[in-house]
Amino acid sequence: MGCFLTNSSLGRKLVMSISGCFLVLFLLFHMAMNVVALISAEGYNMICGFLGANWYALVGTAVLALGVLVHFVYAFILTWQNRKARGNVRYAVTVTEKGVDWASKNMLVLGIIVLLGLLLHLTHFWSKMMLVELMGQHTNDLGLAPTDGAALIQYTFSKWYNVVLYLVWFAALWFHLNHGVWSMFQTAGFANATWLPRLKCIAKLISSLIFLGFAAVVVVFYVRSLCGCCGGCC
Amino acid sequence: MAFKLDSKIPAGELAQKWSNHKAAIKVVSPANKRKLDIIVVGTGLGGASAAASLSELGYNVKIFCIQDSPRRAHSIAAQGGINAAKNYQNDNDSVYRLFYDTIKGGDYRAREANVYRLAEVSNLIIDQCVAQGVPFAREYGGLLANRSFGGAQVSRTFYARGQTGQQLLLGAYAALNKEIATGHVTSYNRHEMLDIVVENGEARGIIARNLVTGEIERHGAHAVVIATGGYGNVFFLSTNAMASNGSAAFQCYRKGAGFANPCFTQIHPTCIPVHGTQQSKLTLMSESLRNDGRIWVPKKLEDVEALRKGTLKPSQIAEEDRDYYLERRYPAFGNLVPRDVASRAAKERCDAGYGVNETGLAVFLDFKTAIAVHGKEVIEKRYGNLFDMYKEITDVNPYEEPMQIFPAVHYTMGGIWVDYNLMTTIPGLYAIGEANFSDHGANRLGASALMQGLADGYFVLPYTIGDYLSKKIQAPKVATDTPAFDEAEKAVKAKIEKLLSINGARSVDDIHRQLGLIMWDNVGMARTKESLEKAIVEIAALRKEFWKNVKVVGTADSFNVELEKALRLADFLELGELMARDALNREESCGGHFRSEHQTEEGEALRHDDEFAYAAVWEYKGMDEAPELTKEDLTYEFTHRAQRNYKD
Amino acid sequence: MNFTLKIWRQRDAHSKGEFKEYKVTDISSDTSFLEMLDILNNDLVHKGEEPVAFDHDCREGICGMCSLHINGHAHGPSQAVTTCQIYMRQFADGATITIEPWRSAAFPVIRDLVVNRNAYDQILQAGGYVSVRTNSVPDGNAIPIPQADAEESMDAAACVGCGACAATCKNGSAMLFVAARVSSLAKLPQGRVEGARRAKAMVAKMDELGFGNCTNTGACQAECPKGISIAHIARLNREFLAAKLAD
Repeated sequence: MGCFLTNSSLGRKLVMSISGCFLVLFLLFHMAMNVVALISAEGYNMICGFLGANWYALVGTAVLALGVLVHFVYAFILTWQNRKARGNVRYAVTVTEKGVDWASKNMLVLGIIVLLGLLLHLTHFWSKMMLVELMGQHTNDLGLAPTDGAALIQYTFSKWYNVVLYLVWFAALWFHLNHGVWSMFQTAGFANATWLPRLKCIAKLISSLIFLGFAAVVVVFYVRSLCGCCGGCC
Repeated sequence: MAFKLDSKIPAGELAQKWSNHKAAIKVVSPANKRKLDIIVVGTGLGGASAAASLSELGYNVKIFCIQDSPRRAHSIAAQGGINAAKNYQNDNDSVYRLFYDTIKGGDYRAREANVYRLAEVSNLIIDQCVAQGVPFAREYGGLLANRSFGGAQVSRTFYARGQTGQQLLLGAYAALNKEIATGHVTSYNRHEMLDIVVENGEARGIIARNLVTGEIERHGAHAVVIATGGYGNVFFLSTNAMASNGSAAFQCYRKGAGFANPCFTQIHPTCIPVHGTQQSKLTLMSESLRNDGRIWVPKKLEDVEALRKGTLKPSQIAEEDRDYYLERRYPAFGNLVPRDVASRAAKERCDAGYGVNETGLAVFLDFKTAIAVHGKEVIEKRYGNLFDMYKEITDVNPYEEPMQIFPAVHYTMGGIWVDYNLMTTIPGLYAIGEANFSDHGANRLGASALMQGLADGYFVLPYTIGDYLSKKIQAPKVATDTPAFDEAEKAVKAKIEKLLSINGARSVDDIHRQLGLIMWDNVGMARTKESLEKAIVEIAALRKEFWKNVKVVGTADSFNVELEKALRLADFLELGELMARDALNREESCGGHFRSEHQTEEGEALRHDDEFAYAAVWEYKGMDEAPELTKEDLTYEFTHRAQRNYKD
Repeated sequence: MNFTLKIWRQRDAHSKGEFKEYKVTDISSDTSFLEMLDILNNDLVHKGEEPVAFDHDCREGICGMCSLHINGHAHGPSQAVTTCQIYMRQFADGATITIEPWRSAAFPVIRDLVVNRNAYDQILQAGGYVSVRTNSVPDGNAIPIPQADAEESMDAAACVGCGACAATCKNGSAMLFVAARVSSLAKLPQGRVEGARRAKAMVAKMDELGFGNCTNTGACQAECPKGISIAHIARLNREFLAAKLAD
């Protein structure tokens, strides 16, 4: 059974579907966690502490990393195979077919943008939080405590270029999920004529929810950083 | 030397003939079947079903088709349905009634025994196809649905939307695929049979051209089955597929197989009218449309004028000004009269000046009444895809304005003569489906072509071929390095060389189009002694021109469509003349063959049973020689031959 | 009407192909696309040039023989029709029309616009059938089938095997074709018997022949001349995964 996940096209797609599903669940969780930062810095930091250098958080991080890696590696394998299947001679004229989402044909590009964003994000946050803790230090290079996530957010999103980069990243994620979420159901065989449109609708809802949740934090913290008068109290 | 025809019709009561025959003929043991090779040319309903069934029995089968896949055969285009005497509707249908309708529909020019067998096995076909996964239409209770069809007063037609032929062919093709997977069937796609090889009077194999590489190949076998369909494309414009041709059958004829009733051509009443001179083929609108559509032309000539000028829309013509001529002339069957009757009635109206389009060659098929009675939704469910297709082609919406239809060449009842075993006059050479002449007489009923193809392939040939092959169990593999194969291959190559070397001024299509016009004008829906004699002269002249002035570009050793077409046209140019000669010989009207000199006072076909109750079997004597006629007398022991009556 | 045609010409599978330009003039708007090519070919023959090879046969949209990638669309600009059902009135007078063969590694070009679609036959030979022998079957009405199931089966069975799905798919995937057959038989009780075997065998053959992986773009559905839905692909996925998980 193990082999059909690697040697069959439908098996490989199932791996993409399951790893993708796992990442979507993580994003939903992360987004929910971020929204807490809007409401209460203490609450947010409490969650950060809860997810510090604990064994369960580490296992979670490792699994997550594995999920990203699998999703990423499979994406490249599939794309390589697909290009081979397409042949060497390409059409001179191509169009986007009616009813075909742009995103569905550009998942790899979107995925790469998402991944670059992730790397940026890891240098911004993970390297200054969990990594610092793992290395046994008590302050990061910004002089902040690794458990003070809220302060880190405040710092990062006071820079306009970070805001722009993050919004681009979230937009790419939105497109990627727009297709990815219903696609994972389809690949796992959960769709039919009735549910196909519903799943597409659900995918839009989930991707929009994730986009809005993440973007709200970025935008709100940037706006707060602009009005220094009230010290970010407004 | 005339043929000695032995139809091998078994003795006994009509209903017992087939059972008796099966009990009497020989079978081949499983071990011996493995040693025997069969070639099947053509992969439509007949060929595919035969090849699959023969392979299941254990024979080694080679199949040949000119398209890229067996699934493309033109059986796929049959729309309406397939008949069977299941009596699922409880409307008093029976094997006898299906037999009787078919014999009568064929205007008493088919063999009783063959037709009865066809009706008898029709029920098995439905069972077989259902088991293969053919998605026939179902009632709410989950049981099979039926519709009615021309020429019958019971509902016995099984259907899968408007794609019955496609679904049945995919069933047979699936059966074939199952056998290809076992290795007992070898499939030669994009291969065209160019000659049949006869050795010591028996069929021994074929010469085929690989259409991709141009290579000429030899294939030997203990028996050869021709399942290559009809020759309607002799008319250039027909409802046949572009590549449908009569060449395989014609090679058999040339090599000594009798060709029976070549003039029996079916003109289908419901085709989209010809629109211009650039047209390549005619599109059929399913006969099932006649279930709900009403056929009419205006009563007044001034309305006709206005229609042609475009100043009047057909929907604006009042009910009392419409002539529903089929309902008027044939009250009992109305719009559901057999095809030949409906076609001739349309011609009669158009000849009288009532044709409703610019060319004067069209009548209306109107759904106004049906939409009023059943509602648009019901009609859409029944015929939606056909309506869409019509709109796509003509740019007219048939929900609002009536369709225009006109008869077009559709099917050829004539074909290679076969005995009750489906064997031709050449031992070891069989012909099945539309390629043979056996079951439809002078006119085929709707939804019966699919029935015949599958009956021959699934349930007749697999039994009867054993009777011949049982004598071949000692015979070794057929060698293809014999003088007969050498000679056949040499002749084929010479013919190709000749065609490529003429380098004249006219393209194959130009000449084919001209042949089509000669055929349609003189050997079409109504034929006269004069028109037929004229056709024979004109076709002979055109044939001469072809061999002097055709231009075939390209090479012999490559993918060369022009060469393929030229080879087929060369045969059509002889076949057309044969059809005219047969029509000239048959001094009567029957079914699809209408001689204007022979009609009743009301303009119906007038048979002369005393003189022409026979199948006319022609023997080839040379390209420019008159063929020789042998008659197979048709005896009617179990039916009373009557003037066909669809009035009451 | 007049048109400029940019047509892919390629002598055989081993030669290099290129686009060539042709003009056709005085074309009636009621002429079908393939009739327009007939006219071009007739002109070419008269000029002594080799005509453009293209596949076609029934010209009624049912045999699946015709192909052609026209202005970027498989089977031309209209939805749910085959190339033979395209009419010149759908193009603007004076337009330039680019005509290419199916492009997919599994469909090598034979000549000009003709490709080899034998791979589809091979997939069906791997399991696209119900294993019943001739005459070894029950009465047609012995197994009642709900009307909706028969209809859904028919929706999928409408596939003409033209190859537009794989030719359109940016991944060169044949999933819609395979799904149509698997799904059509899966909806019927007589097809269920060997459903698991069929799904596994056909997918294995599809992979072996080098078709790509489906990424659910839905382009196949958009260009399918029979409008076959990708919901059938979901059923294929279901059939296949259930079969594999049961192994």
